[in-house]
Amino acid sequence: MAVCIAVIAKENYPLYIRSTPTENELKFHYMVHTSLDVVDEKISAMGKALVDQRELYLGLLYPTEDYKVYGYVTNSKVKFVMVVDSSNTALRDNEIRSMFRKLHNSYTDVMCNPFYNPGDRIQSSPGGPYSRVRIQSRWALLPVSDPVQVGPTSCVRSSPAGPLITW
Amino acid sequence: MADTVLFEFLHTEMVAELWAHDPDPGSGVSAGSRGEEVGATTGQKMSLSVLESMGFRVGQALGERLPRETLAFREELDVLKFLCKDLWVAVFQKQMDSLRTNHQGTYVLQDNSFPLLLPMASGLQYLEEAPKFLAFTCGLLRGALCTLGIESVVTASVAALPVCKFQVLIPKS
Repeated sequence: MAVCIAVIAKENYPLYIRSTPTENELKFHYMVHTSLDVVDEKISAMGKALVDQRELYLGLLYPTEDYKVYGYVTNSKVKFVMVVDSSNTALRDNEIRSMFRKLHNSYTDVMCNPFYNPGDRIQSSPGGPYSRVRIQSRWALLPVSDPVQVGPTSCVRSSPAGPLITW
Repeated sequence: MADTVLFEFLHTEMVAELWAHDPDPGSGVSAGSRGEEVGATTGQKMSLSVLESMGFRVGQALGERLPRETLAFREELDVLKFLCKDLWVAVFQKQMDSLRTNHQGTYVLQDNSFPLLLPMASGLQYLEEAPKFLAFTCGLLRGALCTLGIESVVTASVAALPVCKFQVLIPKS
């Protein structure tokens, strides 16, 4: 079960980091940061290889004594990093791949959300349909600074020139 | 088939709505028609940039959603081919008709029957009105390129409806 999940923008700053609150979170932030070097290595190594099908899933980045770190990169150079407890041997490669795929789909949905400005931090509600042990949290559809209730009156803002949908 | 026409109607209304808000004429009655023209052109530039930025945001989202499950973009030309094939098919249900490049960062994408101009006219009629119907699509291309990691400047030109050319300039860093 994932202990920490991070979404990192192509400029290598975090868009979203969430870890289980019982642990020392700074340790995971540091692990994610160091794993970025490994991710960059893997991406450049893949670029040189003349393999036609280069995968988005990068596999195990590096193992430590307590944790294993897995990576995934999208076509838009957004990286997903997942830290998993080493003691859990039942977690197979396929399950990690499917967790990354769900994460990728959620991220694509966030990008398509008109209230989200690309490059902003991703705000997410802590309790959601996905149980905590699988994916830590579900993307919320509301931007960080603007607590807008999504409802019938919120989408169209009237300006002096008349109602005009802007975003 | 009905799906394509929904976007065309929406696009037509977007352009019409943004063009309907003409700014006030220039200061004083003496400015007359000249003042109105000046006011109108700055208003038109604003509308063009609003349309372009709308297209940009949509392009960013499409650039995230459309690419395949594998890392297929090895170089710039691959990204441009993606635009001509996958993006164009997803939005306009047809591929771009030709892609030319000078290998120095300039690409010209030509569409011989651009769906947003096709219902308007065939030939030189409405040539002056055509550019505002291309602004959204220029933004779309720029947004998709931005998500895929390429900063660019996209302009469009029409010689005769419905043939239009999109020029993508990628500055060398």
